[in-house]
Parts: sequence; structure tokens; C-alpha cells
Amino acid sequence: MALLEVKDLHTSFRTEDGVVKAVEGVSFTVEKGQTLGIVGESGCGKSVTCLTIMGLNPKRNTVSSGEALWKGRDLLTMKPNELRQIRGGEISMIFQDPMTSLNPVHTIGRQLVEAILLHRDVTKRVARARALELLKAVGIPKAEARVDDYPHQFSGGMRQRVMIAMALINDPDLLIADEPTTALDVTTQAQILSLMKRLQEDFGSAIIMITHDLGVVAEIADDVLVMYAANVVEQAEVHDLFGRPQHPYSWGLMGSLPRLETDVERLTQIPGQPPSLLRPPNGCRFHPRCPYVMEVCKTTAPELAPTQGDPDHLQRCHLDQETKEREAAKLLAVTMAEAG
Amino acid sequence: MFRYLVRRILWAMFLFIVITFVTFVIFYIGPNDPARAVCGGEQARRDCLVTATEKLGLDKPMPVQYYRFLKKLVVHQDLGTSFATSQSVNARIKEAAPVTASLVFGGAVLWMIIGLSVGIFSALKPRSLIDRMAMVFVLIGVSAHPVWIGLIFEYVFGVKLGWTPIAGYANFFGAATDTGQPGGPWQWFYHLILPWITFAILFAALYVRMIRANVMETLNEDFVRTARAKGAPERQVLLSHVLRNALLPVVTMLGMDIGIALGGAIFTESVYNLPGLGQTAIIGISNQDLAIVQGVIVFATLAIIVFNLIVDLLYAWIDPRIRLT
Repeated sequence: MALLEVKDLHTSFRTEDGVVKAVEGVSFTVEKGQTLGIVGESGCGKSVTCLTIMGLNPKRNTVSSGEALWKGRDLLTMKPNELRQIRGGEISMIFQDPMTSLNPVHTIGRQLVEAILLHRDVTKRVARARALELLKAVGIPKAEARVDDYPHQFSGGMRQRVMIAMALINDPDLLIADEPTTALDVTTQAQILSLMKRLQEDFGSAIIMITHDLGVVAEIADDVLVMYAANVVEQAEVHDLFGRPQHPYSWGLMGSLPRLETDVERLTQIPGQPPSLLRPPNGCRFHPRCPYVMEVCKTTAPELAPTQGDPDHLQRCHLDQETKEREAAKLLAVTMAEAG
Repeated sequence: MFRYLVRRILWAMFLFIVITFVTFVIFYIGPNDPARAVCGGEQARRDCLVTATEKLGLDKPMPVQYYRFLKKLVVHQDLGTSFATSQSVNARIKEAAPVTASLVFGGAVLWMIIGLSVGIFSALKPRSLIDRMAMVFVLIGVSAHPVWIGLIFEYVFGVKLGWTPIAGYANFFGAATDTGQPGGPWQWFYHLILPWITFAILFAALYVRMIRANVMETLNEDFVRTARAKGAPERQVLLSHVLRNALLPVVTMLGMDIGIALGGAIFTESVYNLPGLGQTAIIGISNQDLAIVQGVIVFATLAIIVFNLIVDLLYAWIDPRIRLT
């Protein structure tokens, strides 16, 4: 049995302007100790997918359907009390902005201890020792002295380490990281990523890594989900995705990565804006921005279907296989030219 | 911390001198003759006026008078004597301050109870029936004048229903006085019920809105989501994470409002005939009694300065991000 199996997840929000369908028909599985990367632009539904699994969307205006089976039990229909025991215990989460994700009026130690005491029946002294142990594990210098400091006394990178410590403190089976490095500068990003990799080896947790950075995905993920406008457009193992990407949106994402060797004035970009989820375009949602657009794309939405010769590599595009292979090969040739 | 206190106290002294000086100037610009007030108004006898003018020091230039006032206050902590009644101003303030303090602190407790309960509930269930009813209450509370509310209450609860006294005050300590004023804790409470409600309505309305807005804003903070993601139950999220942060600005407001109100809740005191600082000031002004007016202003200024200082120290204590330097 998979650790987490998400089937046909839909989430929509009622807003004053109408219903926003933020996630439509997302399915994936996460196995023990594996890392799933979810990639996409801002507002494509990648964060909402995970917040839905965690039951952290605002209840007032959210409607969700589908299944999210955690060790066989559906998280979406679980009683709030049961879900709360899983949240922070078996599944924990790291958020994008470490500057605002910690409570400013409580000490770091108190916030870590709170996380332990919510899930374990131990004394405060034991909890505090565990908090110190984790602060050391995530590389906070002089952890004994800093455990009683307040969040504002930490830098952004250090706060994200504290968040990671808090997420790992109960030995979770799954860690959901929602753009954990986006708000940090590049050197700190690299440190946090290698820290997460090391901790994954030590703690054996599975990870869902939400990011808009393909570099991060290549670094850390085993499987990848590419999302665009609430849909999954491509889903594959990380080597397959980078080796033979099948969707024009994935090509666009890869093409827009900065290259060290090629001397270009400007980075290539995907033209246009991500569509509004209030009134998504007809047919394929990517067609207004797609350089390969055909008549059929404007009227008929493609299904998420297996690629020829690779049933585990799913993609959502009308283009014929020959064109896809050719474009993927072109993209790969550029990458290989740099590497070689 | 020490340097901070020294700086604050120096500021307070400067503020104090400016306020009292301005009061002096305003009093002298106006067409006032306190001596005439002392001698019985329009029919005052000439020799009485001369004696009174000399006795009150009104023949001296204004800066000299101000200097005398300040010297007496600083050296002897003496606010002088009333022009109109020759009563010691210190004694008058001592009588009036507890009345106003009873009204203000009791009122503050009441408006905080209403503000917290209704405000928090409204924030948790926005657009619910209770939230909408609270909105109506806020509109009434902000729009209705305390004098009007006071008169309505007096008529309905005091005259028609007879549940409460119509007006007047009773001392908390001691028995009934020979002037017919009742005394004791129960009478004190009984006489203050209507004034408390009247005084608290405006503030309760403002605080309901403020607390509602702060709690709703804090509920959307990232650290509240973190707390939920940890698996904290809603009650713990609300108490330990939301309220602690949402109520920080409320502490500031409360301290400042109490400080200002201690200067005299003029409308409420007038309607219910409470012999507090507000009423004392009004009588002083209509009698052209500078000593009394100045006395109330000195007290009010001190109250505001002291409460602002308390707020700042308290704020530094409850919000770790603030350091007093």
C-alpha cells in the first residue's frame, strides 16, 4: 500500500467573483521514503493541493472532492480530531515564508515543545531535550543558547531551519514542503536543500516538494508532477521528465532556465500570463500561450494520457508523438551541448 | 531601560509645562475676571474687587502668576485654593478623583467584557446573525450621544421602572453622609450601574470593531496556519496564537483611553450628577475659577502621562519584538 494515494482531487473556492476551481482532477501516489516534486507557476494549484490534503484550507468557502488515502484512510472525510492527530505527527508541513510562519510572541523553544506535546505524552523536560536535539540536527549554532530566543532574533535561513526542525520533531512519515527555499537567498537555498536531503536519509521521511524551480526538482525529486492552471499537464519520473519532456509547457519551463555556457542577452520566457481560474480558456488551458497550438487545442481539452512506449509517463497534449520527440530531443541537445 | 525612563520623564515634564502654560494663557485671553466671581458677580463692591485681586495675585503680570503657580505646585505639591469657594484645590481633586476613577475603571471592565466577547465571536463567525447584530450595536453606540443615552436610561430604569437611582453617587468606603448621600460598596455599585453602562457603550462599540478586525487579521497570519499544521486544537490556536497577537494593539488603546477618560468623563458625570473631575471642571469654568480648572488639568495630564508610560512598559513586556532604548 502506498503511503499517500491521492485520487482525482478537486478543490474549489467560492469567492465574490464566482467559483475558483483551484485544483481539478489531481492524482498521485507517494511511496515511503520517496520524494515527489510538484512544479508550476504561482496560482497553478500546487499549494492548494497540499493544503487540501492537510485540511488547512479555510472551511467557510472551500469545496473539495476526491480521495486522499493516508495509509488507506481518507484524509478528506476524516473527523477533525483524527486529522489533527495526523497533522504535525505523521504528516508535517513547512511553509514558504519563514519570516511570518513562526509566532512572534513565543520563543522558538516553546513553539517546538508545543509541537511535541501535541502528539506525545512526555514531560516538558523531555520535550525540551528533543527540541534541542532537533535544533542541533538542523544546524542552528549554539542551540542551547538560542532555544529561548524569539523568532525575530533569527535570520530567514535560520527560521526556515527552525521550521524544518519543528516539522521533523515527531518523526513524520511524510513532510510536505511548500516552496521552502523561495523566500531565501541562493546560498541559503542550497544549504536548506542539502539539509533536507540529509535529514530525509536520517529520518526516512517521504517528501512532497512544492516548487516553481526546476533546479530544485532535479536536485531532490524522484517523481515529478507538472501543474498548469489547476491541471496536471505532465507526470513522470524525474529522469524521464528531464530526458524526454512531453508537454510544451514543460519545454517552456526548461527552456527558460538560465544557462551558464550559452551567451544570451535575455532569458527565453513563456509568452502571456497564466489564465484566470475563474474563467479558464476553452479546450487545452495552455493553448493561448502555446507555440504549437492547433485548431483542436482551442475546442477540446486533452486527456491526461500515457506516452507511447512509457505507460508511467503521463502527459496532457494533442501534439503527435513525432513532434514531441523532436522538440524534446532538441531541448536535450542544447542541455547536452552545455554539459559536454 | 533606565535611560529610556529618564528620557520619558523629561518628556513628561516638558509636556506638563506646555499644557499648564497654555491653560494659563487661554484663561487670560478670555474676558475673565476671577475677582468679580469671588465678590458675587455684577454687583461686586469695588473694595472687595481690589482686595480679591490682590489676594489672588491677579494684579501681577501673567508670567509671574504662572511662576508662582508652578513653584507652589513643585515645591509644596499644592494646587492653590479655589477662587470661588476658597476650598483647597488639592482637597477638591481628592474628593472628585475617586468618583471619576470608579466610573472609568468600572466602565473599562464593562467595555472590555463586551468588546472581547462580542468582538472575538464576530471574528470567528463573520456575517453570522450575532455579527450582524453586533454591527447594529456598534452603529448605535458610535452614533448615540452619551447625554442622550443617559437621559433615556434615567427615565426608563430610574423613573419608569424604578430599578436604579436616577442620579447621584455613593462612596465606596464609609457610611451615608449627613448630606443624605448614601455609602458603602453596595450603594456605590447600585449608583454606578447606569453611569457605567452609559459611559461604556461608546467604547464597547469601538472595541468590538477593533477586536473583531484584529482577530480576523491575525487568523489569516501564516503562524496561525503553522499552529494548525502542528495539529493544535482550535481552542489552543485561538488562545495561544491568535489572541495573544491580536490583543497587543488593544492594550495600547485601553491604556490611552483610560488615561484620557480619567481627566473627566464630562457627559456621563453631568447627566448622572456625579461629583467627579468632569463636573468639577465644568463648575470651575462657569465660575471663572482658574485654580480649579488648572487643578483638574494637572491631574488629567498626570493621568495621561502615567498611563502612557504604563502602556509602553507593558507593551515591551508582552511583545518581545519591542525593546525600550
